[in-house]
Amino acid sequence: MTSAVSFQKVSRHFGSVRAVDAVDLDIAPGEFFAMLGPSGSGKTTCLRLIAGFEQPTAGSISIFGERAEGVPPYRRNVNTVFQDYALFPHLNVLDNVAYGLMVKGIGKLARQKAAEEALSLVRLPGYGARRPGQLSGGQRQRVALARALVNQPKVLLLDEPLGALDLKLRENMQDELKSLQKALGITFVFVTHDQGEALSMADRVAVFNDGKIMQIGTPEDIYQRPKTRFVADFVGSSNVLPPDFVQRYSGQHRWGSLRPESIRVGRGAKGDGVAARLVSTNYLGATTRLALDADGLRLHAIVPAGTAMPEEGEAVVLTFNREHLHLMDEPT
Amino acid sequence: MTLDAAMPRTTAPAILPGSGGLRGTLSDLFWRRPQLLLLLMLLPPVLWLGIVYIGSLFALLLQSFFSIDEFSGLINREFTLKTYGDLFQAANLDIILRTVTMAALVTLASAIIAFPIAYYAARYARGRWKALFYLGVMLPLWSSYLVKIYAWKLILAKEGILTWLLAKLHLLWLLDGWLSLPIVGGNSLSVSFTGTFIVFVYVWLPFMILPVQAALERVPGNLVEASSDLGASPGQTFRNVLFPLALPGIVAGSIFTFSLTLGDYIIPQIIGTSRLFIGQAVYSQQGTAGNIPLAAAFTVVPIVIMGFYLWGAKRMGAFDAL
Repeated sequence: MTSAVSFQKVSRHFGSVRAVDAVDLDIAPGEFFAMLGPSGSGKTTCLRLIAGFEQPTAGSISIFGERAEGVPPYRRNVNTVFQDYALFPHLNVLDNVAYGLMVKGIGKLARQKAAEEALSLVRLPGYGARRPGQLSGGQRQRVALARALVNQPKVLLLDEPLGALDLKLRENMQDELKSLQKALGITFVFVTHDQGEALSMADRVAVFNDGKIMQIGTPEDIYQRPKTRFVADFVGSSNVLPPDFVQRYSGQHRWGSLRPESIRVGRGAKGDGVAARLVSTNYLGATTRLALDADGLRLHAIVPAGTAMPEEGEAVVLTFNREHLHLMDEPT
Repeated sequence: MTLDAAMPRTTAPAILPGSGGLRGTLSDLFWRRPQLLLLLMLLPPVLWLGIVYIGSLFALLLQSFFSIDEFSGLINREFTLKTYGDLFQAANLDIILRTVTMAALVTLASAIIAFPIAYYAARYARGRWKALFYLGVMLPLWSSYLVKIYAWKLILAKEGILTWLLAKLHLLWLLDGWLSLPIVGGNSLSVSFTGTFIVFVYVWLPFMILPVQAALERVPGNLVEASSDLGASPGQTFRNVLFPLALPGIVAGSIFTFSLTLGDYIIPQIIGTSRLFIGQAVYSQQGTAGNIPLAAAFTVVPIVIMGFYLWGAKRMGAFDAL
């Protein structure tokens, strides 16, 4: 089966900066694919390479089997939801949504009907006559989504579309985007720096750092079995354990990771486990996050709220199930 | 610990005493009553504008309703529309038509030339190149207007550098062909309407470039990308996104180029034919002819035309994107 989007050794350099560095990538048709990474990691440049706003310095890109180098954005059946929405301020909502159909030469009545339908799809029926300036951030986001979807793109690109929304709205939109993607069956490529968003929405996640892909896999793969220290640290802030520590528990001299929720914290200075000192506690609502110091090694543990808590500065004993200790591929 | 060493705790009071004196009292007063400060700041310019500017304009308007006694040459200070009627004599109507046509053409040409320059400056020029752009646009404004016009007279003259250059390029036939045309042609460029047009465009161009650049600067770059992403070719993006959003700037610029051309009397005097423009008509009517009422009536023409122009621009939605 041809990939929806395929990168072969794609690089994009800006002067001496390697924004994207020899990236290989295959996104399946109908997939919800997330590109996750800190700012400046190359994920947005990858998105812009698919959209056609950037041209690769080296390598080749194909979209549904067709070579895309040198093809301008307006000849790609790919649409983008921009980070700050990029709605046209001089057009009303309906004309914004109908824009793509208008430039394709579709008649006024037909395109307005399609735009109305797209607005209903994003649950903004009857908003057509308003100006973008009169809408809230969440509504603008939906208009931007409708404006892209009305063109029935082969691939929909979303550049941190939820970044500017408040928490409650963001959670709603996550659910909506996911069900929309399921219903439409369009390939979604989603850029985010929020690992929670990537893990909860995507079928597969690519973790970016320094213009390279560190790991591609299902959310569970990425979360439970990080391949490198960077992935373990960036995705859900795992405890990264040095090889000497790992050797004591697994017998192998390799870097390891341990999820904070896998650590059990017991009171007292003695016992079968890792002796540590409680540095601080952070109340997070449903859980409490503990910062621990195990003989110079900084660790985090997450325990359910309401657990009897030792005092800060008190000595504790840490235990964990050895199966939860994950060994990473990264060389020591 | 270290924090105390870096930021020692002070014993300063929570509310500081006033600094006292007239300045301190005034500062506090202006802070409490900002309208007072605004009034004081606006009073001098409003008085200046109101009395010197609007007042003299009103005096001018009044003059245009007087008439001249054709035998004695004295001004008859009685209300009449006769002077305005004089504007519609064939010779005067010619002057008005000629000036308005020239102003419209100059404005159109300025807009067409200014747009790419302004677009480059707003989109691509950064740092040093941006400074160079401002310098390049503003530099001609620093030198004397008269010097520039006389320089152009030399450039456009029959023995001038332009003719010489075209001769070297074996393109003289093109110039001769153009000069042999009626109306726009003449003996040489410096005594033709074409010459007047070229110099008008040159002199007013900065007044078009700067507002268009300011308008384009405010168009977010991602709107151009969004348009392209939605399938619009560069031409469609220009028509549907860039042009409508730059329109307020183009209208602002065209107010300058249009009204400055309508009122100018020096350029057509030095470069061009002997046929008059409105500015020259005003100049000669209030000078040698001593017909102040007709000069005043002529002056009202550009004001009325600009009024209609702005009204039309507003109706076209030129200011909607502001």
